[in-house]
Amino acid sequence: MTERNALELKDLSVAYRVAGRNRAVLRNVNLTIKTGEAYGLVGESGCGKSTVALSVVRYLPRNGSITGGSIALDGKDVMKLDSEALRRARADSVSMVYQDPGKALNPSLRIDRQLTEIFELAGITGQAASDKAIAMLNRVRISDPASVMQRYPHQLSGGMQQRVAIAMALANDPSMLILDEPTTGLDATVEAEVLDLIEQLRRELSASILFISHNLAVVSNMCDRVGVLYAGMLVEEGSTKDVFNDPRHPYTVALLRCLPRGGQRKDQGRLDTIPGFLPGIGVAIKGCAFADRCALADDRCRTELPPLYDLGGRLSRCFHHHKAQALPRATPSDVAPAPKPAGAPVLRVAGLNKTYGNPGHPLRAVKDVSLDLRPGETLGLVGESGSGKTTFARLLLGLVPPDDGGTIELEGRALAPRLENRSDDQIKAMQIVFQNPDSALNRSHSIRHLIGRALKRLAGLSGKALEARLNDLVRSVRLTERHLAVKPRQLSGGLKQRVAIARAFAGDPRIVVCDEPTSALDVSVQAAILNLLADLQSKEDVSYIFISHDLGVVRYLSDKIAVLYLGRIMEFGPSEPVFSGPHHPYTEALLSAVPELDRSKSSRIRLDGETPSAANPPTGCVFHTRCPRKIGAICETLEPELSESEPGHTIRCHIPYIELMELQSLKSEARESSLQRRRVERSTA
Amino acid sequence: MVFLGGQVLPGNVGRAILGPFADQRAVDALNHSLGVDRPLLVQYGSWIWNFLHGDMGTSYVFRAPVAPFVVDALGNSMKLALIAFVLVVPIGILGGVVAALNLNRPLDRIISLGGLSVTVLPEFVTGIILILIFGVWLRWLPIAAAWPKGAGFLTQIYYLILPSLPLFLVLFGYIARMARSGMIEALDSDYTRTAVLKGLTWRTVIWRHVLRNALLPTITVIATQTGYLIGGLVVIETLFRYQGIGSLIFTAARGKDFPMLEAGILTIGIVYAVATLAADFLYSVLNPRIRLGAEQ
Repeated sequence: MTERNALELKDLSVAYRVAGRNRAVLRNVNLTIKTGEAYGLVGESGCGKSTVALSVVRYLPRNGSITGGSIALDGKDVMKLDSEALRRARADSVSMVYQDPGKALNPSLRIDRQLTEIFELAGITGQAASDKAIAMLNRVRISDPASVMQRYPHQLSGGMQQRVAIAMALANDPSMLILDEPTTGLDATVEAEVLDLIEQLRRELSASILFISHNLAVVSNMCDRVGVLYAGMLVEEGSTKDVFNDPRHPYTVALLRCLPRGGQRKDQGRLDTIPGFLPGIGVAIKGCAFADRCALADDRCRTELPPLYDLGGRLSRCFHHHKAQALPRATPSDVAPAPKPAGAPVLRVAGLNKTYGNPGHPLRAVKDVSLDLRPGETLGLVGESGSGKTTFARLLLGLVPPDDGGTIELEGRALAPRLENRSDDQIKAMQIVFQNPDSALNRSHSIRHLIGRALKRLAGLSGKALEARLNDLVRSVRLTERHLAVKPRQLSGGLKQRVAIARAFAGDPRIVVCDEPTSALDVSVQAAILNLLADLQSKEDVSYIFISHDLGVVRYLSDKIAVLYLGRIMEFGPSEPVFSGPHHPYTEALLSAVPELDRSKSSRIRLDGETPSAANPPTGCVFHTRCPRKIGAICETLEPELSESEPGHTIRCHIPYIELMELQSLKSEARESSLQRRRVERSTA
Repeated sequence: MVFLGGQVLPGNVGRAILGPFADQRAVDALNHSLGVDRPLLVQYGSWIWNFLHGDMGTSYVFRAPVAPFVVDALGNSMKLALIAFVLVVPIGILGGVVAALNLNRPLDRIISLGGLSVTVLPEFVTGIILILIFGVWLRWLPIAAAWPKGAGFLTQIYYLILPSLPLFLVLFGYIARMARSGMIEALDSDYTRTAVLKGLTWRTVIWRHVLRNALLPTITVIATQTGYLIGGLVVIETLFRYQGIGSLIFTAARGKDFPMLEAGILTIGIVYAVATLAADFLYSVLNPRIRLGAEQ
């Protein structure tokens, strides 16, 4: 071997000591990253991805220890370094960026100090260090580095914070850069920005990259090679293209099937799921770790650990690697035909406004929102954070009162602005499922108590009737009898979310607001929850208001989409036309920011700058400051009206619909069908 | 509150001053001249009014203005508090920091357990034990806190060391525990990880990144304890026969000397308020999030 590898893990095993016992988290992981290569590591939470990263920089939690194997960084064995040599290695050759940049930066030091101290390690001090720091900030495309230097982390937006964190990581010109979920928790457009930045820096720098993410699409866009971890074991490895297009391990196959891809919608079939659970950390695994959840597994899989088969430049730890893609579905794809949404709207919102703040500085969180929703329909709310999605949901639920003038009608009857003035029937007709089931469920009650109380309060049931309905409800969210007796903390995130859904459905609601219900969940669990929501909808004819930053998920579940920006509806219409276009330039930018597995790299539309403050929105069209398709002065002076482009599809833009269609150079067939729709419409008119 | 409590509780001021054998008419006359036979609200109004003008009233017992007594006692209490404070804050923080840096090792166990044990002991127990050890057995320190008249600064400190030790013990546990948990949290934080992974030396990481964030919550605790240090010393001051505000209040309460009692307690209230305000101020100066929060 003449070429030196940037990182080489040999038989790495790591254990966490829990309750006096060492529990294996990583089991004999072998992994090599060549110089200049970007390597992606994927797998669900609990598979040991971050443990790999922390082992490399020798920063395992206190109870973690490396129980076997070796880690070579740039040819040097990391495990043999003494503390001074380790410090030097961290200072000189390896850097790490992780999730949640807000926490990664020291809250009580200025950016200046946090950057210059890195150069001081190399003996550069004073003005020279400051100059270098500014150069570094320039490098991560921060437009006003001198002023950013003087700020504290909390004065920067999430995207800026992550840029600063990346600047700090690159300041020592490392040979190995570890990115552990660097964009998780950021808005789609910010995520796209950060990924673009990393992409560009990769070309400028020599650093090899270990990219860890649960988001397969992000990894597929960023990495040359990818490894799939399952239960602390590498189960598949190969070039990104091979692994994602032609997976050879049932786990990879199953993971990929969990994602709604290529604009899949709920009426086109259920998402596949992965049955069962990840083995808990430290349990003894005999045979293949995935065997319990794998429909291809046979007796051999359960007794004998499959080796990593070398399949010509790629590896798979499966006896049946040749037929991995024949893995039967865990969830049948057939769906009951969705009832055609018909009849009078269940919800009608007209002229809804919400202004926060004092009269001098109004902050218009929601401005002039009107829409309607039919029974059995899902309305997807999309937009970056701060766009007013959650405020809108809270207005509907009566948690905050709207400004005077707007109306909310539920099944034709006006709803009181405040929850306490609404009737019991109205309250139970509208329920919510939150993002984080942990904080939404009272941890000191059993599941039976939690759902039972909802039935008592919302459905007014008691005794036998309650018991019967409880069992019914529990079955419909696919929980079993044995889950009823336990407390929330004994359940996994997905099961907890099922409990939250059961609670919301206790009173036969007409509308359920789902506020990022799957954002905290792994893809396989997410798929199961999405299937559940779709099933419940077709059975109960309930309507959803579905808030998510994941456009793939929104597209899968929604019949109608409202795109919000600074509290205004920028685009509203049936799901398909909104997604396939032509659409509002903002929608276009949001969609192009989504990393997709199947997309050959196309140029993203970059949104410059940050979302303006709602307290001080731009004049004219609120989007003009960032709009890539701005046409001129009219955008700065006159706020466009929502105008109907097709029946039921409205867009708030000065650019005429026909021009948008040409500008956005649609795929020919989409344009064809769109034109045809218009032709039909004209001929009928 | 104090005012109401003092007034509503059974007991007749005139009777308490003049004794059980005094003539009822004399008692009534005295009550009248003191103004305690007026309606409660009127008394309260005039008391507040006078207090705001710097007149704390006249002691029933000493027949003299209350103010000089309170000021004297407050001064004495502050001396004692200051000594305890100077001892306990650095040592308490140091203890907590050292414990956190040696988390779950013997040194941590000793500091945590020791701190907790001495904290839960009431100060009269530790006070008596300390008197026995240092005052009676070793004879290193004087057992009464009252120094001879005209004693110099150093002599005063010498007399105050023993009384301040029980306070030290009570507070050490609190402060060390807060500092320890603040440190543990800061050491586990992502920004500390960032700092370590930058390759900074351990000393720089601790001094620059950890300590400042770790000790912010401790400051609040220290400040609330400052109020206790000045106001809550009834037991210590009685035990060491020290003329501080605690023993002043204690004596006043026993003698039904309401103006004295009320003035003393109100003064302590003010000290508490000022200490808390100072803590909030200090906290916001040290924490840029609060200091600069308004700009965002």
